[in-house]
Amino acid sequence: MFRVWAIPLIPLLGFVYIGLLSRRLSRRAAAIVGCSTVALSFLVSLEGALQLLRGEEALTATFYTWASLGDTLVRLDYRLDALSGSMALIVSGVGFLIHLYSVGYMHGDRGFNRYFAFLNLFIFFMLTLVLSDNLLLTFVGWEGVGLCSYLLIGFWYEKSDPPPAAVKAFVVNRIGDFGFLTAMVLLLAQVGTLSISELLQSAPGAFEAWPVGALAVGLLLFLAATGKSAQVPLYVWLPDAMAGPTPVSALIHAATMVTAGVYLMARFRPILELQPQVLEVICAVGAVTALLAALIALAQRDIKRVLAYSTVSQLGYMFMGVAAGGGVAGMFHLTTHAFFKALLFLGAGSVIHAMGGEQDITKMGGLRSKTPITFWTCLVGALALAGLFPTAGFYSKDLILADVLHFGEWGRILFAMGVLTAGLTAFYTARWLMLIFFGEYRSPHHHPHESPAVMTVPLVLLAIFSFGAGWGEHAYAHFVGRVLEPPEGHVPGQVIAWASGAGIVGLLAGFLRYRSLVPGPGPAKGLARVSERKFWVDEIYDALIVRPYQFLSKVIASWVDGGLIDTALVNGSGALVRAAGRIVRPLQNGQIQVYTLAMMVGLVAALGWMLWS
Amino acid sequence: MDAVVLTGGRLLTLLVFMPSVAGALCALSRSSRAAAVWALLGSGVPLILGAAAVCGFDASAAGFQWVERVDWIPSLGISYHMGVDGVSWPLVLLTLLLTFLSLVYSIGRIQNATRLYYASFLWLETGLMGVFCALDMILFFVFWEWVLIPMYFIIGYWGGARRIYAALKFFLYTMLGSAFMLVALLVTAHLYHQATGAWSFDWADWVAIRDTIDPNLQLWLFSAFAFSFAIKVPAWPFHTWLPDAHTEAPTAGSVILAGVLLKMGAYGFLRFGLPLFPEGAVQAAPVMVGLGLAGILLGAAASYVQTDLKKLVAYSSVSHMGFVVLGIFSFTLEGAAGATIQMVNHGLSTGALFLMVGIIYERTHKRGVTDFGGLAKTMPLYATVSVILVLSSVGLPGLNGFVGEFLVIAGAMKARPLYAFVSALGVILAAVYLLSMVRKVFWGEANANLHGLSDLTWRETAVFLPLLLFIVVIGVYPAPFLEVSEGALKAILEGVAP
Repeated sequence: MFRVWAIPLIPLLGFVYIGLLSRRLSRRAAAIVGCSTVALSFLVSLEGALQLLRGEEALTATFYTWASLGDTLVRLDYRLDALSGSMALIVSGVGFLIHLYSVGYMHGDRGFNRYFAFLNLFIFFMLTLVLSDNLLLTFVGWEGVGLCSYLLIGFWYEKSDPPPAAVKAFVVNRIGDFGFLTAMVLLLAQVGTLSISELLQSAPGAFEAWPVGALAVGLLLFLAATGKSAQVPLYVWLPDAMAGPTPVSALIHAATMVTAGVYLMARFRPILELQPQVLEVICAVGAVTALLAALIALAQRDIKRVLAYSTVSQLGYMFMGVAAGGGVAGMFHLTTHAFFKALLFLGAGSVIHAMGGEQDITKMGGLRSKTPITFWTCLVGALALAGLFPTAGFYSKDLILADVLHFGEWGRILFAMGVLTAGLTAFYTARWLMLIFFGEYRSPHHHPHESPAVMTVPLVLLAIFSFGAGWGEHAYAHFVGRVLEPPEGHVPGQVIAWASGAGIVGLLAGFLRYRSLVPGPGPAKGLARVSERKFWVDEIYDALIVRPYQFLSKVIASWVDGGLIDTALVNGSGALVRAAGRIVRPLQNGQIQVYTLAMMVGLVAALGWMLWS
Repeated sequence: MDAVVLTGGRLLTLLVFMPSVAGALCALSRSSRAAAVWALLGSGVPLILGAAAVCGFDASAAGFQWVERVDWIPSLGISYHMGVDGVSWPLVLLTLLLTFLSLVYSIGRIQNATRLYYASFLWLETGLMGVFCALDMILFFVFWEWVLIPMYFIIGYWGGARRIYAALKFFLYTMLGSAFMLVALLVTAHLYHQATGAWSFDWADWVAIRDTIDPNLQLWLFSAFAFSFAIKVPAWPFHTWLPDAHTEAPTAGSVILAGVLLKMGAYGFLRFGLPLFPEGAVQAAPVMVGLGLAGILLGAAASYVQTDLKKLVAYSSVSHMGFVVLGIFSFTLEGAAGATIQMVNHGLSTGALFLMVGIIYERTHKRGVTDFGGLAKTMPLYATVSVILVLSSVGLPGLNGFVGEFLVIAGAMKARPLYAFVSALGVILAAVYLLSMVRKVFWGEANANLHGLSDLTWRETAVFLPLLLFIVVIGVYPAPFLEVSEGALKAILEGVAP
């Protein structure tokens, strides 16, 4: 009997085992448990997918009833269908390779066991997120992956960069979670269930009389997606998240977690479609994000930051692809991107490993001959990122652009932005490759060396997928097309021409420009400065949101609470009583004469009043 | 083994008064060692008894269970009337657990008047449980005031530097509220007399005549009760006694204060405010919701800029209890159930957070948010436990804090979407102030000036274990905890539900 919840539960057991034994467990054992549980999850997912291919529509299993209160029933259901199954395969498959790579990369780190515990916990939450058939369970996964992201960004908590980056990631994600939470309770109040299958069926009817509600749900869910998947305006946490270990960047901040928002949009397409404006907003935000992040990536010097902005930019493509057309294009790009971006990050990790921790690409150079496996695999990844035929990126990107071209009134403008982004992407990819692998070796660091096999084997495997995954385009579209609407016909020639043309021009320009040029150490000039300073978005947020909130909090704490309520009202009333006491106190000063006098005066007054009336 | 049968039908009386008897024995014992034994017995035996009775509590039964009733002042219709339902029973258990853990934690840490210190906690326990069990208004009022006295001494005698100010402030604030409540109580007794010609202070009798009270008068009576309860919760803006009381109270005092005392107010709304004066509650609801929302947001904002860890946690209480107020006055089953479980959750998580602050304070005599750094490295177990508590407090799904917040927000959405949107902002703000705190205290470079840092001892760990267990169990599987109070809440909401 096939139990879907076994897929996420296996890595959870790994987490519990490694976490409870923690320091008493040998590193070897932690590595074996950490890797094997994820591999097992992959195999079970594979078995599930095979059952789907044999004709099952979906495999479902109820885990348990979380809460039952009045008419509110929250039953934790897992559901493996073509969409969630393909995600589960990516998460556990790529996840396994990255676990394996980590054994080599984290070798010698003091927190080795803690690292594997967190990584297993992440896989549990991520698989829960994708396989859940209940919005609340999805939220458990959603927040859980955020937690793991936070813990792993802050993994090296003694250094100066990771702690603020981790807090920023969590808080910015929470802004998105606000959207998730409110969308969830809105759906619960309006439709009366949190079961995703039921929601997708009943929501159209439930919102028929209340289109604004459908609009709100769509936009709130998208707000959630902009947080987790780093889109404008909430993308700012992802580049900083690079402070975590590099395999984490590959797994969480490139291949899996950050794509959760895209997956959410794909899963909730039937609800988003209720109000077509929602899809337009998603597509437009995706296009703006893709372009903006590509522009910022142009002038970054950190080997991982370039990739981080590239991830933001590619996620923008995915949102375009999931909103325009039927959604398959976005999901397919999600898949190919998982391969080639994980590959690029792991390659970057291998480079950092070789360079003894150096991350500034202007200080590298010439690594082509020193780390050949890393170079060749990175080359494949880079070409896939640039979208060059016949790599996987070529197929998935064209599929998106073809959908966007015919999407709504603004299709042509969005298409143009997509093509421009493709050119820029190719350009910064070429710059990245040239500065790292070509030219002279520029670092004082002694002898860069190739990484051990446990790291290079995952690189090679990912390179194979990055190269060839595109050929599975039709098979994928057919498979996922059971859930989403499959794309119609072939990608038109003009789309291929524009996209590939932009890619080739960008690559050539990048190769030519950075063949001999290495950016100097000082700040960039002119427009490059805008890119290097990231359009000052962090500074703007700081001035517009962070500082005002800090100021407001101080006002509330010291003026409203301390001043108005406590000093004026509370202690003030105390002081008032004391002052009143001080005024009347002389009346009772213990001198008999005064009392006698008062009695006399009172007596006379009383007698006078009686006589008078 | 049926604990109720075992106690001859006097389970609640035993639970409530056993600690007080032990408290007297504590105070009279010859050595602090003997007192410690009495303290552990006096809080431990009722805890075991209460735990044994859990299976005997019938969640599906309507009305009160284990009822005891003895005439007290028959001419005025005042009786010793005790009983629990699905709302009060969890709070009784919470009181039993937290008092026991507080005493286990405290043993060996108090140097002055040790015997009286233990005795005060035991006497406090009686008052607290009495509040949750009393079904006679005068009996309730007696327990309500009873609580004040031991707590006043715990803060005022064993507290920090400004303990006298804090204790007095705590006392006066509460007395002010009580005065209003007493007047409203007497007025209602008079109304009962008018309506029936007889005297009674029995809760059920008052509920029976609630429809005869004029709606305007109901609003006044509700407001008088609400004033007293709002101070205890504390609802914004009646909360400024809380940060001072927490800062000055000894660690275990803070645990009970946050863990149980604050629940008296919220419980008061559920048991008395809504059932006795439903029309008044409905009229006052917009204001109460406003205070709840204000508490959520302003408490969170104020917490963010606190430099003292105890004050930070204290303000977080204001924010979390704001959810309780919002949940109750959403007048939905989800909201009320969320509020009820949020009370328990807040007791567990915030109580534990005060323990964490106490532990580090006793090791370093520092409490500033910026006094530490890098504790994750020097005290890894302490840091792990703290982070779990913080995550529970932040409302991470899978841990207990989320259950209450989610249900309250769901209830608010049913009542009025605006309430849900505003309160959900609190979820963002909680992450801001709590994670900034984690970053400053536990992450970064270790502070080289700190000496005497040892990780949690086995006894400290043992105190945390049951708390952590409930934090995880309630978060993962809240269904049985919600089931306990569902019936009772439905009855409470009968008069106010739209």
